[in-house]
Amino acid sequence: MLRIVLNGESRELAAGATVEQAVAATGAPLPHTGLAVAVDGEVVPRGEWERTPLAEGQRVEVLQAVQGGAR
Amino acid sequence: MSGLEIAGRRFESRLIIGTGGFRSLAAMAEAIAASGAELATVALRRVAPDAQGSVLDLVREAGCQVLPNTAGCFTAHDAVTTARLAREALGTDWIKLEVIGDDRTLLPDAAELLDAAATLVEEGFTVLPYTSDDPVLAARLEDAGCAAVMPLGSPIGSGMGIGNPYNLRLILERAGVPVILDAGIGTASDAAIAMELGCAGILLASAISRAEDPARMARAMRLAVEAGRLAHDAGRIPRRLYAEASTPLEGVPELS
Repeated sequence: MLRIVLNGESRELAAGATVEQAVAATGAPLPHTGLAVAVDGEVVPRGEWERTPLAEGQRVEVLQAVQGGAR
Repeated sequence: MSGLEIAGRRFESRLIIGTGGFRSLAAMAEAIAASGAELATVALRRVAPDAQGSVLDLVREAGCQVLPNTAGCFTAHDAVTTARLAREALGTDWIKLEVIGDDRTLLPDAAELLDAAATLVEEGFTVLPYTSDDPVLAARLEDAGCAAVMPLGSPIGSGMGIGNPYNLRLILERAGVPVILDAGIGTASDAAIAMELGCAGILLASAISRAEDPARMARAMRLAVEAGRLAHDAGRIPRRLYAEASTPLEGVPELS
């Protein structure tokens, strides 16, 4: 097992899980368009999700556009 | 009346609308349509799988280009990362740059803002910074390569209008990029005044989204922006202390 922090919550993924699998674990509906991912504060481009493995304890943020201004 | 040009892109409408604060996505879509805006700001937040509908689809259906913002960022580092994420998520290198320095007033953090602007320009972004009404900072942002400067009229969501029109005039006099009034607009006359002063455009959200009837206020803002721009281009009469008759005094009959 692999424990990461996904959008602020501790989550367990299968060992060797990639960024793509973390995105799927958020429950974001397919296709995964309009999303962006940061791992430990660094942007992981869309094209690299499938071949970017995650490491124990990493912080993964999966973001989308929402209504909003100031806050 | 020619439109608003930012970084070589032309917009018929001089009104940019924020998508925050609406009671529903339907209310937002209706207001965007009524506003005539062609640019709409969106924020980036953690995915919520149960979210009802996509703000992106609605904005694009309304014929708007999406303008991501860095709302909620308090450091240059976070704002730069958010801009990179927005580019990744939305496929645009346009960014409304906000770096907030104070939780209660939501006023910009000048030092962090300038730092983030320089980094993002360097990375090829088209940077539209939300700034204070400080003419020196506005000049520094322009010098850093920002495609526009967006001074506040008064704090975000305050509806207090243009607190310091003299500073705004100083910014306008010097600016070589579009000056877009961002924040503080409360009602239509505030928008008209900003346009009369010479602003190239207005960015507002709360004044429409939190109005009792957002679609109606959106239309009011659209007309106010157009009216203010027309009045600016038409050239107003000077202010005088005493009256100046518009009717000639020659030929007045003696009647007593």
